Amino acid sequence: MKRIPLWRRYARLLGPDRSADVKDELRFHLEAKTDDLICRGLRPDAARLEAERQFGDFQIVQHIGEKLGETMERKRRFKDYWIECDRDVRYTLRNLRNNPGFAAVAVLVLALGIGANVAVFSVVNTLLLRPLPFADSQRLVWFMGGKSLAAKVRAQAGLSGQTYTVDAYEEFKRNNQSFQAVTAYQTFYNSIQYKLTGSGEPKQLVAVEVADNFFSTLGIQPATGRDFTREECQKGGLPAALLSYYFWKNQFDGDPAIVGKTVTVNGKPLTVVGVLPANFDFGSVFAPGMKVDLFVPAVMNFWQTWGNTLAIVGRLKPGLGVAQAQDEADRLFPHFKVIHPDWYEDYASDLTTLKDHVSGKLRRSLVVLWFAVGVIMLIVCVNMSNLQLSRAATRGKELAMRRALGASRGRLIRQLLTESLVLSIAGAALGLCLGFAIVFYIAHQGSMTLPLLGSIRVDGAALGWTVMTALAAGVLFGVVPALKMSAGSIQTALKDNASGMAAGRSHERFRATLVISEIALACVLLVGAGLLLRSFLQVLDVDLGFNPSHAASMMVDTDDGGNLAKRGAILQEMLRRVSALPGIESAGIADMLPLDRNRSWGVAAVGSDQPKDRDSSALVYLVTPGYIPTLGMHLREGRDFAWSDTPDTQHVIIVNEAAARREWPGQDPIGKMAYGPEKNPVRVIGVVADVRESSLEVASSPEMYVPMTQNSDAEGATLVVRSRIAPESLASSVLTTLRSLNPGQPASEFRPLQSLVDHSVSPRRFFALLVTIFAGLGMLLAALGIYGVISYSVTQKTQEIGVRMALGATTGRVMRNVLSNTLRLTMAGIVLGTGASLSVSRLIASLLYSTSPWDARTFLGMVLALVAVALVSGYFPARRASRISPMTALRTN
Amino acid sequence: MDKTRLDLFRGTLDVLILKSLIWGPLHGYSITSFIRRLSDEVLLVEEGTLYPALWRLESKELIEAEWGLSENNRKAKFYRLTSSGRRQLRQESGNWEAYVAAVAKVLGANRLNSPEEPA
Repeated sequence: MKRIPLWRRYARLLGPDRSADVKDELRFHLEAKTDDLICRGLRPDAARLEAERQFGDFQIVQHIGEKLGETMERKRRFKDYWIECDRDVRYTLRNLRNNPGFAAVAVLVLALGIGANVAVFSVVNTLLLRPLPFADSQRLVWFMGGKSLAAKVRAQAGLSGQTYTVDAYEEFKRNNQSFQAVTAYQTFYNSIQYKLTGSGEPKQLVAVEVADNFFSTLGIQPATGRDFTREECQKGGLPAALLSYYFWKNQFDGDPAIVGKTVTVNGKPLTVVGVLPANFDFGSVFAPGMKVDLFVPAVMNFWQTWGNTLAIVGRLKPGLGVAQAQDEADRLFPHFKVIHPDWYEDYASDLTTLKDHVSGKLRRSLVVLWFAVGVIMLIVCVNMSNLQLSRAATRGKELAMRRALGASRGRLIRQLLTESLVLSIAGAALGLCLGFAIVFYIAHQGSMTLPLLGSIRVDGAALGWTVMTALAAGVLFGVVPALKMSAGSIQTALKDNASGMAAGRSHERFRATLVISEIALACVLLVGAGLLLRSFLQVLDVDLGFNPSHAASMMVDTDDGGNLAKRGAILQEMLRRVSALPGIESAGIADMLPLDRNRSWGVAAVGSDQPKDRDSSALVYLVTPGYIPTLGMHLREGRDFAWSDTPDTQHVIIVNEAAARREWPGQDPIGKMAYGPEKNPVRVIGVVADVRESSLEVASSPEMYVPMTQNSDAEGATLVVRSRIAPESLASSVLTTLRSLNPGQPASEFRPLQSLVDHSVSPRRFFALLVTIFAGLGMLLAALGIYGVISYSVTQKTQEIGVRMALGATTGRVMRNVLSNTLRLTMAGIVLGTGASLSVSRLIASLLYSTSPWDARTFLGMVLALVAVALVSGYFPARRASRISPMTALRTN
Repeated sequence: MDKTRLDLFRGTLDVLILKSLIWGPLHGYSITSFIRRLSDEVLLVEEGTLYPALWRLESKELIEAEWGLSENNRKAKFYRLTSSGRRQLRQESGNWEAYVAAVAKVLGANRLNSPEEPA
């Protein structure tokens, strides 16, 4: 074989051409054969024909050749690509090993950004994106009653305003066409106490009464055993219970033979018919923050006379939407009212998907949170771009060298992008760990009133999201530096010194832009966090109407056999003994505590000339004498209840200021008579200051307090004690005292009253805290950016500064110069950021509580914080600049 | 020997191609003449099978191709063995010899040597 002369090699100048190669190769074969045949004596044309005949089908062979060629070409390209990738990755790793500081900072910054994103995405995914953990959950519909009430009244009526009577539930269930099934549960869980006895100390249980078809409607199959039968849900049916999975695990150690056994609750045997699956958590969907131990059938005949107590959930027929169901409900409920003139209200309802009911209120907060982490990610990207560029000065020469040696610009960009991607993948790995940790922490905050909290986890979607953010971040922060660094003329870059300057100036301008945008983004975060934080503080500042500190509560069992006359004596003795314990300042009992659960009855002034159909509802609390001062409520007028208020004396109530204003406007309510808790009018003996009863953020509605000694409709009993001593250390002595009166008193723990407040504000605290953390993170990153860019420019200007100092500039002047540079950048960022914040803060206005979206203090605080941070991060480079020795600066090149 | 044309099955052709390249690069036409000459005109390789076989070997990286000039200065594609091709040849020819020996043994067997049939 001879070499092809140079000129003939240009045949494939335009790159490989496989089909021409095949043709050439085969043509050569024919020619060689023809030559041979001619040598053997054939005439040229006959030889040619013979050669072609012997060859057979030229076309087919050529076609095979082309096909094979294509595959080979593809394979080769693929291989080349991977070889290059492999080389780039190796190169990057080597490079990063040589710059451990840069690598560590970059990976850490990315990990923080990505970790925050994963965590928030997991929360958003669970609460907003993922369907509820029920089969076909999009067909489940939540009923909220009280549509015809004014919004304010509806909110004030508490649970009673939104729930249904048994009659309303059953009428709707019978007459609707849109639902495959309609079911209900009893919302006043604690009106019956459930006390487990028989194994160890008596134990207070949380039980929920549900309609017979509750679990089947939700699509929940018991993990073992069976659902309730219709008979068990009727009056006189065999008492049955379904255990929650966690209660079965904890109380019965997951006893596999539990089904069919009986447990003793309230002294009566209750047959366990099944255990619910582990993934069914009633509390997380219907009552955030509550753990339910067991479910018992709601006997509808019993609840018939108890007013509004049921919450309704329906499952739509396939193919029907909520709107159609709403239409039907709008027609049916008013119609029922016509048939049943004795109903108090028409039960007009708002129907929403169960999903909306559970997480709809949180949507805006979650979107804000998501937005905040998005901004964090942007800041991270900007920061990474900045870091990459800061290395441009040292790497410029290396890149120019590579280009001079034949690397194309595309190749260099690819290599730089590989670097970014390697960094972001490392960051994603670390960030994922961080995300896991955060999510684990959030999911185990049992006391937070966020729905679905326990089921928050990093799942496949979150992992996908991580990978996507990481890749997007890698490209986003890698592409601009790559373009910038690979651009520019090779000669200037290779020349020794001028290089850094020319490229440096353009880089510096670009980096300044990056830092300004970083500061602007941090501004938006700070303002958002500031506003949310201020709202949170405002909420905490609200006058609760009671004093939660140094007070604790405990569920107690008041076993009086339903005898009201005896009850007074029992309660009095109980409170006397408890108050006598050392360390206890006072004690009282109420059926419900503020910020916990509530219910409403009516209260109306006797002889009032107000229209009959006006709203007269008031939240009602049954309390003992001494409860009002123990809770720290302010008695504005009149007197507290006394033990002398017995069933036989004049029945009395205490109202709050809101009720007094509504019922006796402009008059003194003390001594006035009111219709309310009982058939006969009762006398108002006191007025207390309003108590925030449903939420810290909702103004108080009318309330009335009824003495437990005169009314037996108590919803359980909760002992409240006021003491300077930590409640845990009181528990045992109080329990002993209670047991000395009633041996059946279940084991119970003291709960600080403060926990009610914490519980109530927990969602707000959660969001404010997260956004504040993100804002802090954003500020930190911005500081890092400022430091990077100023420090770099000082390095760049070493010589210039040296000259200036040689010409007489003082160190102070040099420092001032650098700092004023820093401030210029910061101010530009702040101006931009303030503009952006003004429009963004309007979007979160609905999340704020008595805070204006343009709260001047917040904006001022943001400006001060950023300027302070900027000065600190500018100070270090400035100090370095001021210490430049003119001699060394001028000597070094 | 008569002009009995023996068909080559593909595995055989591959090993013959590899063998013919062992003394240096050849183009496709000289591979056919080489095989024909060495087999005393018994083995005739058809073009329609040779070239696909060559390309397949090339794509398996057992041989590699390069353009060069033929004896009479025509541009031709020359194939040469790669080191994995060499390894493949060594292995295949070993297999082939064992195969031939085994076939020959069976065909050359007579009744006396045949094993006892089970009773």
